[in-house]
Amino acid sequence: MAAEVGGDSGAPKKGKKKGKARKPKKRPRIDMTPMVDLGFLLLTFFVLTTTMSTPNTMPVVVPPKITEKDEVEPPKIAEGKVITLLVGRAKVYYYVGVEKPELFQTTFSPKSGIRKVLLDRRQKVAQRYGKADEMIVIIKMLDEAQYKDFVDILDEMAIIQQKKYALVDITPEEKSMIEDYKKSIATRS
Amino acid sequence: MAKFKAKKQNIAIDMTPMVDLAFLLITFFMLTVKFRAQEAIQVDIPSSIADTPLPAQNILLISVSSDGRVFFGVDSKHTRLSILEKIKERYGYNFTEKEAHIFSVLAEVGVPFEQLKAYLSLSEPERKAMDKRVSIPTDSTNNQLKQWILFARYSNPQIRIAIRADEKAPYPVIARIIETLKEQKVHRFNLITTLEAQSKS
Repeated sequence: MAAEVGGDSGAPKKGKKKGKARKPKKRPRIDMTPMVDLGFLLLTFFVLTTTMSTPNTMPVVVPPKITEKDEVEPPKIAEGKVITLLVGRAKVYYYVGVEKPELFQTTFSPKSGIRKVLLDRRQKVAQRYGKADEMIVIIKMLDEAQYKDFVDILDEMAIIQQKKYALVDITPEEKSMIEDYKKSIATRS
Repeated sequence: MAKFKAKKQNIAIDMTPMVDLAFLLITFFMLTVKFRAQEAIQVDIPSSIADTPLPAQNILLISVSSDGRVFFGVDSKHTRLSILEKIKERYGYNFTEKEAHIFSVLAEVGVPFEQLKAYLSLSEPERKAMDKRVSIPTDSTNNQLKQWILFARYSNPQIRIAIRADEKAPYPVIARIIETLKEQKVHRFNLITTLEAQSKS
């Protein structure tokens, strides 16, 4: 079976002499099927074990911890430049400024989500202060958030090329703001 | 005669090009293959637009499973042995040759120091079973992750820190890890992600 002589299998019947004479003309054919089987078996094995996508990394830089002995004054920033994002499970609450802020809610949707909010805000900052890169984003993660939300929000910063952002711990005031916001939504509907 | 021949002949497809193709692909995959390392926990990495590849060497990997358990791993055998040496010195545990060898080939460990010796003396399936429930303590009273990182940085000062966490890992665990890194003045680290399939841009 391994090396079967294909082609003129009926030819030798015509006469021994003739058949012998023809033999050198025939090209022996090798059955490739088992070889193909083996080939694809190995192929499957390598395809399945290979890790094609090498992992990529997202660099993160966090601000150093400020202890009391460092005597560093927190920088003073015009409140109109600051937007604070409170990141929860697949949603983002945000507010602008510091005094009596109004809380809004949005998502990670590429079209209408947080990206649009940030770009709109950046335009307003550009109008008021001249430069768009004056905007500062403060990111605070809620406890309900998952790692994916964290990566998503940092990703948004990379996409809109927002250089000035900081990762800050959430305050109890903000937590109660979210509670109030949820209540107000519940009563409205 | 021609007719007669045609009847008896069984159809044979020429497989040669197919074999060529198969072996070409095999060669390609054999050369590019990098076998998946034995990982102690299953981690679904989130996607992002980051496209910087992870350096192949000098990596300290902090893995977080979807249920928030923390594992620790370094990439070189040499560093692992050196870390074990430091654990020995610091905590006074004695490891046998065999246990040290097992430790040196483990990609990741997630047991508290107290259980490390017992963990290393187990058989492989038992270790796998144990991996499903253990975690390195990261709480502030008993932050062993901090010790692990400290030992690793002593053993290999060039080591870079990467966090490989599951999409669903709860954020407070990540926050604690970042806090731990900050305490050791590590302000620059990497989050491992996969490349987004082109939807965010």
